[in-house]
Amino acid sequence: MNTTVKFGAVIAVVVGTLGWVAASGVNEDTASYYKTISEIEKMDASAKTKRLRVGGDIEKGSIKRDGKQVSFVLVEEKRKMNVRYDGNEPLPDTFRDGAQALVDGRIEPDGTFHAAKISAKCASKYEAKPGGNYQKENSINQRAS
Amino acid sequence: MENIGALAILLAFCLTIFSIAASLVGAWKKKPFLIVSAERAVICVWSLVTLASGLLIYALMTGDYRLAYVAAHSNKAMPMIYKFSAWWGGQEGSLLMWNFILATYALVVVLQNRRKHRAIMPYVTTTMMVTQAFFLMLIAFLVPPFQVLSTGGKAIVDVGDGQGLNPLLQYWTMVIHPPTLYLGYVGYIVPFAFALGSLITRQPGDSWIFTTRRWAIVTWLFQSTGILLGAGWAYSVLGWGGYWGWDPVENASFLPWLTSTAFLHSVTMQEKKGMMKVWNLVLVASTFFLCIFGTFLTRSGIVSSVHAFAQSPIGPYFVAFLTVTIAITILLILSRLDYLKSEAPLESVVSRESSFLFNNLILLASCFAILWGTLFPVISEAIAGEKISVDAPWFNRVNVPIGLALLFLTGVGPLLAWRRSTPDNLKRNFLWPTVGMAVTIAGLMAFGISHFYALLSLGLCTFVTWTIVSEFWKGTMAIRQKDGLSFVPAVIELTHRNTRRYGGYIVHMGIVMMFIGFSGAAFNKDTTVEVKVGDKFPLGRYEIKVSDIKMGQNENYIWQNAIVEATIDGKPFATLTPERRIYEKSQQPVSMVAIKRQLNEDLYINFAGMGSESQRPTIQAYVFPLVSWIWAGYWVLLFGSLICLVPAKIKMQYARTEVVGVSTKHVPATK
Repeated sequence: MNTTVKFGAVIAVVVGTLGWVAASGVNEDTASYYKTISEIEKMDASAKTKRLRVGGDIEKGSIKRDGKQVSFVLVEEKRKMNVRYDGNEPLPDTFRDGAQALVDGRIEPDGTFHAAKISAKCASKYEAKPGGNYQKENSINQRAS
Repeated sequence: MENIGALAILLAFCLTIFSIAASLVGAWKKKPFLIVSAERAVICVWSLVTLASGLLIYALMTGDYRLAYVAAHSNKAMPMIYKFSAWWGGQEGSLLMWNFILATYALVVVLQNRRKHRAIMPYVTTTMMVTQAFFLMLIAFLVPPFQVLSTGGKAIVDVGDGQGLNPLLQYWTMVIHPPTLYLGYVGYIVPFAFALGSLITRQPGDSWIFTTRRWAIVTWLFQSTGILLGAGWAYSVLGWGGYWGWDPVENASFLPWLTSTAFLHSVTMQEKKGMMKVWNLVLVASTFFLCIFGTFLTRSGIVSSVHAFAQSPIGPYFVAFLTVTIAITILLILSRLDYLKSEAPLESVVSRESSFLFNNLILLASCFAILWGTLFPVISEAIAGEKISVDAPWFNRVNVPIGLALLFLTGVGPLLAWRRSTPDNLKRNFLWPTVGMAVTIAGLMAFGISHFYALLSLGLCTFVTWTIVSEFWKGTMAIRQKDGLSFVPAVIELTHRNTRRYGGYIVHMGIVMMFIGFSGAAFNKDTTVEVKVGDKFPLGRYEIKVSDIKMGQNENYIWQNAIVEATIDGKPFATLTPERRIYEKSQQPVSMVAIKRQLNEDLYINFAGMGSESQRPTIQAYVFPLVSWIWAGYWVLLFGSLICLVPAKIKMQYARTEVVGVSTKHVPATK
């Protein structure tokens, strides 16, 4: 057999295997769908079995710790959703009242969101609000915060 | 002062434009004075960028709270070292540091090559200055670091005290992690600039490689160091005990590392046999583009990540810059293909050459898979209209087999002969390492370990270690016989003769140690409990007790810590004090985990918080087997890389001419 053909065969096998592993890896356990709270409210029951990723703000004063379990209310454009978390990973330090949170998990039959993972960032991570209500002169880059 | 800083940046920007124009015109019209003038402009750019950086650092250290950047990233109570590191704590400042590092590299290149490589240099200068101009443009017009606060009118306001650096960044590795990573990111511009220069001037394919191979090794070392510092920081600060989470920005730093690792390997092929010339150009260019892409990913907010800076308007500019430069590079490579012909064919699937080829293939496959996974939300939204993200399990599923295949090749490479291996020498070389691997796996299974990947990984670690040790052993024995040296001097002599080969083996050894550490992750144990002070709970072989809770305050933060005692079989083992802090200025809570590090396993305790009603502490305890091997592996890797940088005692040029002569005639493969 020609060397080039042999190389081609080996390369095809390697790339094919990896492609297969990668493609078949995108499934229920690893992929999650970005949705907004209002989209979830409109979803039918069958679609709710998927893993979802929902972003929003943590309502002030809603965080309750009870042993392992932490519950809070996520708000996005005035729509609210109850979230429950009892995972093993500690919550990030940035997880607190008013922070932005991204919760990853599934909807339970009673409508509570059971989060398997929570990431949070303060209104703008790494970039705290500069000096209260003052504006930056000639501010070209107006920050979201 | 802020006006001087802003002016310096603006002037530097103008000078880069001049430098580009002068280099190109000088090279085109053959006017040496223009080329020299362009190089002097590089020196001026460096001085101006240094001045701007110095002014910003001065403002941060002295607390000039009229500046928006200072007010947002520094405060009075912060220790000096963090005031300094606030230089790269935010978008504007870190881009200024990018510029500073780039300007410094450009300065070094210009000074080093003032009398060498006259034909290439104008293009090297141009490449570096185009990049410099782009990054200066960002801080001159889009995200300027020298802005003052005002009430909306003309008056400048001094807010008195700032917000402080993000507390998560107030940790020692965070002082060195960003600069190191940037040194690695920015550094690949030098090999890239020389590669482009030699392409444009149609230099014979190799000169840029000889000029830049040290740069490549040094910047690779910076990248590795930066990535591992980040991993170390995540492990000891973030509190979940992981060192790698396949976060988009971590991935972004990993991608150029993969391509540069591939480059460092395949460059050997070009040096020794004149093969893979186009490939090497593609690799060095991809590395550079992935570095810019990584910077783009971190700063544009295109993917959500824990590392991401605030949303900013600079994203589209990056896309434009990347598109233009990639297009130019592709055009250049295509138009110069004639100069890049391989001098020798690949002769056999089982040979040293092909092991390099497969190493490259696998590294690139991994790079592509990670890139694809990172951009999956963007891709799926574009194609299916639904934003879907894949997370750590997916990345592990794809990359664990890739990593193991790579580990296997690490061991196989040195065992294969150049050009072609005969079945006989395969049998001779592979027998004992394979036996070692089988014995390791059998031994571990006897201890009741059944995790497939962990077994395979540890088995392969034995295999690779065996091949590396036997390489040193064979070489050392030969030198001992010939020169009559005793053992240790013989090892040193051997390494000194071919520093890159044996240094490379030591780097491989470091990687093996890291793999041992990664394998440990298969046996992690953890528990989360809410306990009364004085109560005990078990984890693995430990009994853990919270014996006290203490509180206190200093000018930077309020703290609360738990005194946690761990015992093994009733005997005291360690006392750990995980802490929770709330930083005064930012009101940001931070947990400081406590880790008892050992070679076999780490005991890792996080103080998660106090129950809202019960007022009892919640403790998260973990056991992480073998993690220390990762950090130990880094030191070995560092040592090996430094050896690679020592000039070899014997020049390895002869091998090349010899082989080229023989292999111009195509020998059909056996079978």
